[in-house]
Amino acid sequence: MPSRNKISRRKFVATTAAVSATMVAAPFVRTAGAAGKLAIAFWDHWVPGANNATKALVEDWAAKEKVDVQIDFIPSQGNKLLLTIAAEAQAKSGHDIIAMSTWLPAEHARNLEPVDDIMAELIKQNGKVNATVEYLGKINGSWVAVPATVGSQIKGPCSRIDLMKQHAGIDVQAMYPAGAPANADGWTLDVFLKAAEACHKAGYPFGIGLGTTADNVDTAGSIFHSYGAVLVDANEKILVKSDPVRQALDYYKRLMQFLPPDVPAWDDSSNNKWLVAGKGALIMNPPSAWAVAKRDAPQVAQQLWTHGMPAGPKGRFAPFVNYFWSTWSFGKNKSAAKSLLAHLSTRPAAEKMVAASGGYDIPSFEKFQDFKTWEEEGPPKGTLYHYPNRHNHQILSVAAAPAPHKIAVQIYVQGLMTKMAVRHFQGEAMEKTLAWAEGELEGFMRS
Amino acid sequence: MVDAALSAPREVATTDSRSGLRRAMQRKSSVAFFMALPLISLITLLVLYPALYSLHLATLNKSMERFVGLSNFTFLFNRQTFWLVVKQSCIFAITAVVFKALIGFIVAHFVHNIPAKGQRKWRGMLLVPWVIPPAMSTLAWLWLFDPSYSAFNWVLAIFGIDPVPWTGDAYWARFSVILVNIWIGAPFFMIMYLAALKSVPEQLYEAAEIDGANWWQRMWFVTLPMMRNIIAITALFSLIVTFANFDIVRILTAGGPIDMTHVFATWSFRVGIEGGDIPLGASVSLFMVPILAIAAVFILRDITRRGSEV
Repeated sequence: MPSRNKISRRKFVATTAAVSATMVAAPFVRTAGAAGKLAIAFWDHWVPGANNATKALVEDWAAKEKVDVQIDFIPSQGNKLLLTIAAEAQAKSGHDIIAMSTWLPAEHARNLEPVDDIMAELIKQNGKVNATVEYLGKINGSWVAVPATVGSQIKGPCSRIDLMKQHAGIDVQAMYPAGAPANADGWTLDVFLKAAEACHKAGYPFGIGLGTTADNVDTAGSIFHSYGAVLVDANEKILVKSDPVRQALDYYKRLMQFLPPDVPAWDDSSNNKWLVAGKGALIMNPPSAWAVAKRDAPQVAQQLWTHGMPAGPKGRFAPFVNYFWSTWSFGKNKSAAKSLLAHLSTRPAAEKMVAASGGYDIPSFEKFQDFKTWEEEGPPKGTLYHYPNRHNHQILSVAAAPAPHKIAVQIYVQGLMTKMAVRHFQGEAMEKTLAWAEGELEGFMRS
Repeated sequence: MVDAALSAPREVATTDSRSGLRRAMQRKSSVAFFMALPLISLITLLVLYPALYSLHLATLNKSMERFVGLSNFTFLFNRQTFWLVVKQSCIFAITAVVFKALIGFIVAHFVHNIPAKGQRKWRGMLLVPWVIPPAMSTLAWLWLFDPSYSAFNWVLAIFGIDPVPWTGDAYWARFSVILVNIWIGAPFFMIMYLAALKSVPEQLYEAAEIDGANWWQRMWFVTLPMMRNIIAITALFSLIVTFANFDIVRILTAGGPIDMTHVFATWSFRVGIEGGDIPLGASVSLFMVPILAIAAVFILRDITRRGSEV
């Protein structure tokens, strides 16, 4: 029995042609997610509500570009972000965009998609970035990550206006007036030391940690740079047994006698607590301590002023750490990822992020250092005016630079400089400390 | 007929294999194996695979592109900090296990002598440090030792004693991490020893007493020999766990000050994850495996020998 559904060759050709014609003639309807999916891992900001600005910016972009986005905010506490990055690099699978802290773009450069095209355009639009951003994000001549606004920070001094004036005779507001360039030529490391001594005598020691966490290492890095003390140069030459390093260590030894006795155990929260509790006259920190004080100890917050670093013999160096946004080379939607990175790096986007973080975040581009947030935040009004490097008053630097990244990251995470300072302060002879550091550095050279 | 003649042996073979399978399934060992299979799979996935993978990682170069054999280990042997970590891990583990065993032994005797009615309450209370997740209880200790706001120092200040840099001075920091480890781990020893004490037949003590044995002799010739196996197993187990400790040191001191409290796990994390040298980190974490394995073989062999003697 012949089948009723039998399709003749002629009928098949006719039907196929009709279907094809219909498909060509039909209008192209873009649905949500038509341009694919994008999984993003951002650093989970400690400032309440700061994530919302980033989220809103991404969602606006996604709606316009018809991309289906999934955003994860991953905290750095407990090294969660670090572990996520390590796991994704091992698995060669994960988020399309992922936030990376200071040294991670260099560490994972082999697995990252070059972003020279985006960076060329961004630098053209937004102005150049400083040498530290370039050192951290441009690996072997190629940009592997875009400097992120969120999380990037300068860790300069945050001083008590009243205590510095009363005990050290220093008017930090006059040195760093709100709305005007710094007037701080006399603000040197020697003056800083005298102020530390005076405040220590008065019972309000400076709270500068000497543990191995980032805040402590960053301060040590900038003081070492201020003396021109480089542990390893860009050509992998160990320079630890040099006079600038000796001078920096000697300075630390003199400074440490005026610091709280337990600073070798301090972590990144210790200095904040020290200031907020009203125990000290100065710490080295972004304005997070001030923000917490505003909530928990308003009388302390009203007396806080964030300003520039003291200058050393080789210049005025401020600790600066960058966050980056990067895309894995094994990512599935690289074009969309790059489009989003460009969108997040525009002036309006950066301005929104800075405002949402209460001025904590600092964009890397030259033209983004004059946002209203830093002028208006308070009390006291103008307390953050000199937080960004708006008048190029200081050189933004990162500890362990200019050593090649594989060595620098070890110097940084192992806290080599702070450990040197503590060993020497605790009575170890200078040359013995230098010999120990040299041995450590030789170990960091392995490839 | 021919077909029937040819198909007969096949049927016999099928029947044989079916009955063989049935017999295998009826065997107790097979049933036990199948019942344990989910656990075996889980252990293979979560323990065996990561262990083998870390062995593989330990044989790669820093960028994980090249096989380097045992070079990572020879590199470590030339590092001063590595030997500092070895020394500290030994100090940390041995001191902590000795004190945990000692305190556990003493407390177990106290609890054993409490009348049965109130004993359960004491047992429950004494187990609290062991049942709280160490990450949480160590955070509480961190606040007690806090560099700036130590509650202990506040109490000392009341008596006019200078503040102690609990985590700021290298030797105090070592003391602090060991103290917290003992606090967390001693209840485990206590409960194991208590169980062992309860299993010692009362007649042995009665016989010893009739023979005129004093307290010390009863302890030396009755209690300790009867507890020997449990003491050995508990000490071995605790030694392995303490050598591998991460959370207490990580939370309390993060290995500082000046590396003086780092143990294998914390230094491995610092080098491998934070420092981006995963092969070297894997090598650090694997260093103790052969030493602990040999110790385990000897202790377990001793226990088996004593078991067969009994």
